Amino acid sequence: MNTQKEFGEPGYLDYKGRYKGLFSWIFSTDHKRIGLLYLFSILSLFAIGATLGLLMKFELIAPGKTIMGPQAYNAFFTLHGIVMIFAVVIPGLPAVFGNFLLPIMIGAKDVAFPKLNLFSWYLYVTGVVLVIISQFAGDGPPDTGWTFYAPYSFRTTGTMLPAVFGAFVLGFSSILTGLNFLVTIHRMRAPGMTWLKMPLFPWSLYATAWVQLLATPIIGITLLMVVAERTLHIGFFDPSLGGDPLLYQHLFWTYSHPAVYIMILPAMGAISEIITTFSHKTIFGYKFMVVSVLAIAFVGYFVWGHHMFTSGMSGTALYTFSLLTFLVAIPSAIKVFNWISTMHKGSIDLQTPFYWAIAFIFVFMIGGFSGLILGSLAANVHLHNTNFVVAHFHFIVFGGTGFAFFGAMHYWFPKITGKMYDKTWANIGLILFFIGFITLYGPMFYLGFKGMPRRYFDYDEVFHAGNIISTMGSWVLYSGLAIIIINLFASLKGGAKAPSDPWGGKTLEWTIPSPPPVENFTETPVVTKGPYDYKQV
Amino acid sequence: MTAEIHRDDLASKTGMWLFLFTEMLLFGGLFVVYTVYRYRNPQAFHLAAEELSVFIGTINTIILLVSSTTIAMSITAIQKKNKKLALMLIGITILLGLAFLANKYFEWGSHIREHIYPGSPVLTLRGHGDVLFYGLYFFMTGLHALHIIIGLVFIGFIASKIMRNKIDSGNYVLLENSGLYWHLVDLIWIFLFPLFYLIT
Amino acid sequence: MENETNHIIPYRTYLYVLAGLIVATLTSVAVTQISLGTLTVAIALFIAALKSSFVLRIFMHLKYENRMFSAAVIAVTMLIAVVIIITLLDYLFR
Repeated sequence: MNTQKEFGEPGYLDYKGRYKGLFSWIFSTDHKRIGLLYLFSILSLFAIGATLGLLMKFELIAPGKTIMGPQAYNAFFTLHGIVMIFAVVIPGLPAVFGNFLLPIMIGAKDVAFPKLNLFSWYLYVTGVVLVIISQFAGDGPPDTGWTFYAPYSFRTTGTMLPAVFGAFVLGFSSILTGLNFLVTIHRMRAPGMTWLKMPLFPWSLYATAWVQLLATPIIGITLLMVVAERTLHIGFFDPSLGGDPLLYQHLFWTYSHPAVYIMILPAMGAISEIITTFSHKTIFGYKFMVVSVLAIAFVGYFVWGHHMFTSGMSGTALYTFSLLTFLVAIPSAIKVFNWISTMHKGSIDLQTPFYWAIAFIFVFMIGGFSGLILGSLAANVHLHNTNFVVAHFHFIVFGGTGFAFFGAMHYWFPKITGKMYDKTWANIGLILFFIGFITLYGPMFYLGFKGMPRRYFDYDEVFHAGNIISTMGSWVLYSGLAIIIINLFASLKGGAKAPSDPWGGKTLEWTIPSPPPVENFTETPVVTKGPYDYKQV
Repeated sequence: MTAEIHRDDLASKTGMWLFLFTEMLLFGGLFVVYTVYRYRNPQAFHLAAEELSVFIGTINTIILLVSSTTIAMSITAIQKKNKKLALMLIGITILLGLAFLANKYFEWGSHIREHIYPGSPVLTLRGHGDVLFYGLYFFMTGLHALHIIIGLVFIGFIASKIMRNKIDSGNYVLLENSGLYWHLVDLIWIFLFPLFYLIT
Repeated sequence: MENETNHIIPYRTYLYVLAGLIVATLTSVAVTQISLGTLTVAIALFIAALKSSFVLRIFMHLKYENRMFSAAVIAVTMLIAVVIIITLLDYLFR
């Protein structure tokens, strides 16, 4: 369709194709435009999810009913969970930054199946629409929590079917993205880019893609079974028909635990890129980083039972899952050590993305350690279904993936848009975000430890002080978030023009203009060196 | 808007295989459910399985095996530039797929006439094991039949491409992919057949 | 060469395999009519596995493809097996 473009051709943002305006986006098969489609969808949904969270926190500012009753609160945390997990965090890094950067970082012109890539986005939108429909159709919004636990999920009068089916469709979108990335990485690396010359972000996407491909079908079939159970009364999980509700939990977590690794692995990849670039030093232990990312993906598939420690599993299963859970900590720790060692004796350039990376390591470590507490059987009995768990997974999912998402946004923003952002405001936003985050979720560890259960709109007076602090944290966090987003949008208009390599990065995306031309590379790059070659510096 | 079109058959075949893996996992989840419930209700599963017609099951197995053979042979025909034979073999595959569905239709019909279907009062009275067995039976064979239908549409689409010479001896990866899909449907049946009809 | 011509498999190979598959099917039907207790399950599943390996290797051309494909199929099968085994760790010992 296009002939070879000369250097200095307009970037992908100015490209004039067959369609104009909005259609040039929603009919585009260019991986960069699809990445931005995802970015805008995900940011909008993130704003919705965050607002729901803000309102829930406001409800918890005082015991008793403040702004909503129990049923509304149930609907709020259900929608918050479905939107945040299935529509924001799982596709977050792979679909936005993976789509935009994976082909560029391995020296390809696009992903292997560009049309399928666009189709994945359409599926994503369909899934989101179904979830939205579930809020307004029928006898009230779903109130099961994002986990859809049986047998409640087919007894409740809430509108479950569109929500469950929406999650199924979102899962399918995720599978197809993973499939696309796997074939892209296997078949489209630039000449000379052997497996061990591939940067770590593509590596983490590779491991993630396998998990997306092999774990998501399990929840697909499980959700279909719930649909069948609700519509046809097939007794799969209903104890009154002989089914076992625990089996639902097994199947659900067989996907949903690996899903945590779908969220966190690309985050780790992005953090690895940021830390090397701003330390101006080769990543410490590149091969260990590669092996550990694959090991986390592999072992992470077999630890699902640690979500079910108090549900009445057999002792043998308890010990096995606990042991496997502790094993996952090893490769995760290797990564943290290697990030720290990379900074050691590096020539560190203190820029906003680097601050995000440091903040990521800090919150990720707290999240990881609290995970070990939850992974030990005895402590879990005490902490299960308390606010401690909520704090733990927000430190991992929001603190880990969320921080990495914003870190990646500030790292690749000049490449994606061709504009620099205002560093002062970016840093102010980050500081507020960080302080708000710790103030919001920190007290929840304590509250949970003291016995405050999760998913309740009300609580005992003894938990009042902690909840007030936590709610105030949510306001700080939200304002930090607003500053970050406003700053980035303002930079689209007023920002200075970005050079092709503003940070001194060594991976392939920094060798092409910002924003990249439609075909990424005017001539196919030939790779001769490892990904982080800082020897000359 | 894409980068220049560049054909890579191995990539497209790799993509198909990866998709088949997701299908394997999809049914894998159901096999987990089957294993657990069979373990918990051995007697009921045993008795309920005896009610299924081994004869129809065997016929359907053989139908699928033959149809797999014909679609595999159609690839050889295309490679040998024998378009007519290839189309004929694909036609046989489609007819056999329809025959399978017809058999399935009568089989399901006979269960439903005996008031055995998910949620039926007769089935509920027979106890938990039977409810689970027939629930799994209808769900798994139903999902499998849905795959047969998708496979038939896919293969029909390929046949029309062969007629229009869009697929020939130099470019037949789509035919191979539709064949792979059809074989996977066959593979799943190879396991469904003993699990529901034979292990009594 | 990216789109190299594939190995052409003769028609009769497929017909031989088909004959083998039908014989295996009839064998498993015959064997399971005899009451052998738990052995029945093992035999039926063994025959099913044998049939699948033929379908995978010949019909699905794994025998003639890059080894990577076979390795991946084996790995995915193992994955399903491990998931079943780990789930049974709960049910067998409950």
